[in-house]
Order: sequence, then structure tokens, then C-alpha cells
Amino acid sequence: MNQTIIKLLYTLLGLFIVLNWGMLMGATMRKIVARLAGRYGIPIYQPWISLINLYTKRTSITHGMMFYLGPVFRLGGGVGMFLFIPMIFGSEHFSNFSWSGDLVLILYFQFFGMLGMALGAGEGGHPYSIIGISRGLAQFTTVEIPMTLAVISIAIQYNTLSITEIVAAQQGSIFNWTLFTNPLATAAAMLSLLGIFRHAPFNLVKAPNEIPIGPPTEYHSSFLGVLRTNNAILHVVEAVLFMNLFFGGATNWIELIVKSFFIYFWSVFVGVVSPRFRIEQSVTWFLKIPLVIGILAIIIFI
Amino acid sequence: MSENDNKKKNTEDRFLAEENKQRIVISPEGEEITINPLEDYFCDERPEIVAPKNKVVEKFLNWARAESLWVLGFGTGCGSIEIPPLLTPRFDAFRFGVQMRPTPRQSSVIIISGYLAVKTLKRVIRSYEQMQSPKYVIALGSCTINGGMYYDSYNTINRLDYYIPVDTYVTGCMPRPEALLAGFNHLKERIKAGKAEGANEYAEKFDWYKANQKKIIKDWNMPDYNW
Repeated sequence: MNQTIIKLLYTLLGLFIVLNWGMLMGATMRKIVARLAGRYGIPIYQPWISLINLYTKRTSITHGMMFYLGPVFRLGGGVGMFLFIPMIFGSEHFSNFSWSGDLVLILYFQFFGMLGMALGAGEGGHPYSIIGISRGLAQFTTVEIPMTLAVISIAIQYNTLSITEIVAAQQGSIFNWTLFTNPLATAAAMLSLLGIFRHAPFNLVKAPNEIPIGPPTEYHSSFLGVLRTNNAILHVVEAVLFMNLFFGGATNWIELIVKSFFIYFWSVFVGVVSPRFRIEQSVTWFLKIPLVIGILAIIIFI
Repeated sequence: MSENDNKKKNTEDRFLAEENKQRIVISPEGEEITINPLEDYFCDERPEIVAPKNKVVEKFLNWARAESLWVLGFGTGCGSIEIPPLLTPRFDAFRFGVQMRPTPRQSSVIIISGYLAVKTLKRVIRSYEQMQSPKYVIALGSCTINGGMYYDSYNTINRLDYYIPVDTYVTGCMPRPEALLAGFNHLKERIKAGKAEGANEYAEKFDWYKANQKKIIKDWNMPDYNW
């Protein structure tokens, strides 16, 4: 009993670190993008101030029960993913609640938040949020296909569905990383990562200058605050998932921070040099090259 | 108001759009249902005054509000062309915590950028009322102060603060983006000093503002308060 409480406290500490690192990472990336455009950019502490501002708005309105539950489901998806991913390899406290089949559960949690958001945005009643969410679901479904193929490929390769065991198999040398032992799966997954982080060219769903900001059109004050909190957590957790699967995991927090930064930076790097795809372009893009690479990654193991 | 009065009022209202009129529809079960879009789709509640929290907390919150101004992307008149340069490398409003938001629900500042036609005033009121408190108004250019060069126009308003509470005026015709940045800084000082209570003022003098608005908007076809 006592051990469970200690584990829970460490998990909460991990969540706190992940949340703050997610906000700092987001701010750093916005700063990098601004410098690239020749601007000075936001102050580095801007996301925290915005979050305080959102949570302490004086008024807020609701459109019904599902409107409340939408952000809660989204946060549930992010925190759920966090709970089942081992953050630090070999650490007793920061491996969270990972278990032998966590890889499948995490693939499920990836979609869970999206579906909750769809229900919430639908109840908002704004036609723009309906268009936004249907675009988002269409795109995310096609993003999931190469991602899932890559995951199946490495599950066959390592003969396990446990993330901890996959990380353990990659220890020893940099050449044991999945990046080198299974480059096809890594390529398929890294291309689908662009769709998961939704920077350009795949940012049509939530771009402020398309139909106003897509699904969260009606969301404001603390509803939007919850969505932003989740965004920060989700960015780090997704990066950590990819780090665990393809880049050898991390044995301490510094390693985690450096690796997750570069994995997130990959999507920003592609984003700043790319224009935006229309939704049918991005859907067909994911069903061409990443899908073929993903299928090849499975075929070589049969 | 009884149902008959309501029906009478709606049928008499010649400005009301066809889809907003009260009507009777037959449900899939065969029942007859009366639908009144103005009551069903809009919230008609009056705004309420929300008192500030205690002094120390409010001071901190005001600082956070001032450092994160989310501006509604809403342009009226010629001043709207002065806003996009704010986001370019030359002026870069992001470093002052100013960001553009595409929807009134998420924004805290609305810039009335120049002359305001009566038709646009209606949209301004709707957008302003959809914003969540605390909310601030910046009036840009002479036209919002005394009508400017359109002072005798048949179709523009002369003084903005008859219709919505204004926090900061930026004078000029047209003010350059630097002036607008100075306006933002002035607004920040006001917020930090706790003087920018426009939303509460609007709630307090709601009847006065509504009377003014209805005096100039002849085809009033929306609820009195549309959140």
C-alpha cells in the first residue's frame, strides 16, 4: 500500500516535470520559428502567463454536458498515455504504470482524446468546429496507419509488446537503436510523426487562419486552458514514445529532455520550410509514401 | 411574455430573417413543435457584474492579463490594414505578449480600427458580447473619437463610447503601427492599475448602452444580449 502511494507521488512529479518541459519546449520552438522569420519572438515565459490568464477568466459559458467533457476526455487521453509510458529506463519510480502490453494501450489512447474532442466540439454547435473535427479525424486516421504498421514491425522484430522490453533491447550501443536495426519502420513512423504533431504541412486542422482555429472554435477560458495543458503534456509524451521505440530510450531526465527536444524539433524543422497542405492532399500523402514504407517494414520480417 | 405576445411580436418584426422567425414544425413522431430560434438558439440573459477578487490576487491576475493580450482579428475601416504589420519582423507585437485570435470566444481585446458603419456596429456588438470577461476595447483613429473626416456621414457613428466601453484611444488618421504599440502599452498600464473594468461597466450601464445602440441600429433583429 505504502509503495503504491510513493509510486503515485513520483508519477505526479513526473507529470509536473513533463507539463513544464512541454510548455518550455513549445515556447522554445516558437522562439526558434520567430528568429527564423527575423522576429524577436514571444518571451520564454509566455505560455505560463497565457495559461494563468485562461484559468482565471471571470466568465465562461457552456453549451451542454459534452462541451464540458470534451476537454476532460482530451486531457484523459494525454495523461492516460503518460501513465502507461515508461519515462526513464531502469528507474523504479519513473517507469510509471507500464506493463507488458502497454504499446497497444497507448495506440488506443492516441485516438481517445481526438474522439472526446469530436464529441465536445460537436456539442459546441458551431459549424466551423464540425468541419474542423471532421478534417481532424480524417487526417488522424490516415496518420495512424503508417504509425501502426511501424509499431507492428518492431513488435515482430523484438517479439514483444512491452515498451520497457523494447527499450531494453536497444541498450548497449548507439547501433542497437531501432533507427539502425530497423530503418524502414523508423522512417514510416517519423513521417507519421509529422501528422501527429500537426505542424505545417499538416496543420490545416488547427491553423488559426483557416476556418477559425478548427475544433476549439467555441472553447474559451478554462476549457481552452485544459486543452492547452493537455497539448503541452501530449507533445512530450509523444516524443518520449518515439524516443523509446526508435532512439534507445533515456536513462535520465537530461537524456530525455535532449532527445525529446530533437524529435519535436524534427516536425518544427519540416514545418518552417513547408507550405500547408489541403486536407485531401495530406490524406493522400499519408496513404502513399509512409504507407508503402510501413508495409515494406513488415514484409522484410515475414 | 406570453406565447401569443411573442408570436405577435415575431410576425410583426419585418427585419427578422426568415430562418429566425417563430414557426411550427412536425417532429418525426408526428407531434407539432413550436420553434422560436431567438429563444432556443441564443442566451438572452443580462450580463452580470463580477467583482474583482482580493487586492493581492487581483494585482497578480491583472499582471497576467496585461502580459497576455489576445486580440480579436476583427477589422473595421481603414485602420485594419495597420494591424497585420504589427506581426511582421519590423514591429513584432509578439514580444509584448500580443497575439491574434481568430474567434471572439478566446480573445480579450477588440480593436475598433477606424470608422464604424452602422451595419458593422451591429457585428461589433455581437462580437464584443461573445467575448469573455475581462475584456478590453482599443479605439484606433480619430473616427472612433468624434467621427473624424466622416463626422457628417449618414451611415457611420461618431462616438464609439456611446455604444461599447472604450479603454484606450489611439489618435491619428491613420495612426502608424508604432502608435498602436504605444496604445497596447497604455492599455497594459491601465489593466495593471486595475482601471480597465470595461466589462463590468458595460454590465452596470447595460440599459443605457442598449438604448444608445437601438437608437442608431434601426433593423435590430437579434436578442438583447447574445452571449
